Amino acid sequence: MTVPPTILLGHGGGGQLMDQLLDEVVRPHIANEILGEGLDSGFVDLRSEVPDLGSRLALTIDGYVVTPWKFPGGDIGRIAISGTVNDLAVCGAKPLGIALGLILAEGFDTSALKEIMASIAATANEAGVKVITGDTKVVGRGQADGIYITTAGVGVCPSDYKVASTADTGDVLIINGHIADHGMAVMLTREMPHLKTPIKSDVAPLNGLIQHVLESGATVRFMRDATRAGLSGLAADLAHRYARRVVLEEKAIPVRRETRHAAEMLGLDVLDVANEGKVVMVVARDDADRVLKLMREHPLGEHAAIIGHLAEQQDGICELRTTSGGSRIVQKPYGEQLPRIC
Amino acid sequence: MKQDVAQLRNRLRAAAAQVPHGLSFMEVCGTHTVAGFRTGLHAMLPANVKLLSGPGCPVCVTAQGDIDLMVDVALEAKVTFFTYGDMLKVPGTRGNLELARSRGAKIKVLYSTLDAVKYAQANPAEQVVLGAVGFETTTPATAVAILEAQKLDLANFSVLASHKVLLPALRALLDGGEVQVNGFLCPGHASIILGSNAFRPLVRDYGMPCVVAGFEADQMLAGMARLTEMVADALPELDNVYPQVVKPEGNRVAQAIIAKVFEPAPAKWRALGEIAGSGLRVRDAYAQFDAVRRFGLVAGDAPEPAGCRCGEVITGRCTPADCGLFGRKCTPLAPVGPCMVSSEGSCAAWFKYGRGSDNATTRRSAKEMVA
Repeated sequence: MTVPPTILLGHGGGGQLMDQLLDEVVRPHIANEILGEGLDSGFVDLRSEVPDLGSRLALTIDGYVVTPWKFPGGDIGRIAISGTVNDLAVCGAKPLGIALGLILAEGFDTSALKEIMASIAATANEAGVKVITGDTKVVGRGQADGIYITTAGVGVCPSDYKVASTADTGDVLIINGHIADHGMAVMLTREMPHLKTPIKSDVAPLNGLIQHVLESGATVRFMRDATRAGLSGLAADLAHRYARRVVLEEKAIPVRRETRHAAEMLGLDVLDVANEGKVVMVVARDDADRVLKLMREHPLGEHAAIIGHLAEQQDGICELRTTSGGSRIVQKPYGEQLPRIC
Repeated sequence: MKQDVAQLRNRLRAAAAQVPHGLSFMEVCGTHTVAGFRTGLHAMLPANVKLLSGPGCPVCVTAQGDIDLMVDVALEAKVTFFTYGDMLKVPGTRGNLELARSRGAKIKVLYSTLDAVKYAQANPAEQVVLGAVGFETTTPATAVAILEAQKLDLANFSVLASHKVLLPALRALLDGGEVQVNGFLCPGHASIILGSNAFRPLVRDYGMPCVVAGFEADQMLAGMARLTEMVADALPELDNVYPQVVKPEGNRVAQAIIAKVFEPAPAKWRALGEIAGSGLRVRDAYAQFDAVRRFGLVAGDAPEPAGCRCGEVITGRCTPADCGLFGRKCTPLAPVGPCMVSSEGSCAAWFKYGRGSDNATTRRSAKEMVA
């Protein structure tokens, strides 16, 4: 007996059908010794995983509902692992284990699920993290859109990294590459499926890149991945957090030409568009060049750039110095990114 | 070709210095509004030069009664309603399309009008309604959709159109006499269809300098420099600083398609009221594709929301910050007036790009804030 080509409601019932789905479709790709124990929790051996074990445990959780589930450069599985790994990594935590929750709609393609599981496994492998526990549910056709994934991640912080509560005038903002690729790739795939575009999502686990920088001992005060609210959301939050003026230099922000054009076509501001593989680091000015160099050494940081700095004013505003020599305020985007009429 | 911004600023400054009074120019295009803020243009203007936003954002000028009609149709059981993304949040008297969607209305965001036609063809059991707004930039696309639906003999496709025509509205503004502007920065996009010559009557009949400009900072600066020079020289003219795209006669094919499907009609504009000849009605030959006639719709008389000054904002009589609701009761998260709804709307652009983010910054211009 093999799993039918579409998911049945019974696949979520906890019975033999479910075992079959888990054994044939869900578990094979992500198999490891912890998951293999088949217990209701996954265990991590802290001492063997983290030699410089600090005293703090980091826990994070995120839900993934992207449609379509596959798009140029990635899929929902790759995002589900990368997003959670990145949320740990930007807090300076080393990801140790992932809990994977799948919600499938009755009728979802089994072959698609296999592809997603393979992608989850490949991404986890790339990030050096294991899926150590999980849960699968099936809801009736029409009650959910294909597949939803929730991942929780647990990590530990090496004793010496802490997010700084203050920052200094002159601290710089460094990003590891081009912005807005993810949001535009997904939007174009969803809304204009017939359009051929070279734009690919940047979705990637950033823990390797981040570790590479942190290991150098450079003074990194704060890190965050610029996801749904784009670079503008991140920069506006940063200004608010430190009650300082954050100045971004438009000219310095890496944006691929095709991505900029696509955003312009739809009337979107590239600063507002989502990323899934971009981290912004706030770095002490003296360490800026060093961090930039370290980032560029990593494959995910080839196009890293210094994109702004913290200015003296204590007004909590993010200012963009535009390419054409003007200046404006950057605010967090409001909600759904909607294309403009003309 | 990219022009040197510093040079253009100098040119604008030099021309403005010859004018002993303040200068207010009006752009009549939502994309100009957004581009002006996005590029930080306002911070680059000389102290005596202002750029006001006119009635050029199609979402902003759509009357509340028209929004109500769209919401009503979208909520009809068999209807799938296609419309432009920024129409979703525009408040009517009984909520907006976003709210209707959460209540079960089938609403799809439009990227191409032909997608709606294809959808109708593929889903014969549904009634597909295209909620179409906009000026000459979007009207041809609506007309093409109707022609295509006719060719395919679709019985389940119709258009709820509140398209508008730009020139009668600008004339009405000037005839009203309440609007004090020194010239128009004419819209690059609409002019691709209309042709730059369309603005000639404003120069001839009102002595109003008119310059067609594109949407980059340098193009807008070039346009403003030209306008200022015309005022300084007291020689109002029509000029086109976007000639690589905009031709004097415009796009004749698109004009013909509009004329084939639509005929001039009076239209209600938010805040401006009814203006003769400023709207477009589906011609009788295509009546079956007119949602108003197909569904027997009657637009109600919707009062403007109390305290909302969108009408004055889009006629250049006040700035968003002059409105008592701006940034308080009216924000992009909870818009009262349509100018706050569309990202093209002047209130939304003021708010987003730095003229009203929170208490500390409300009512301070970008210029002050980044000086």
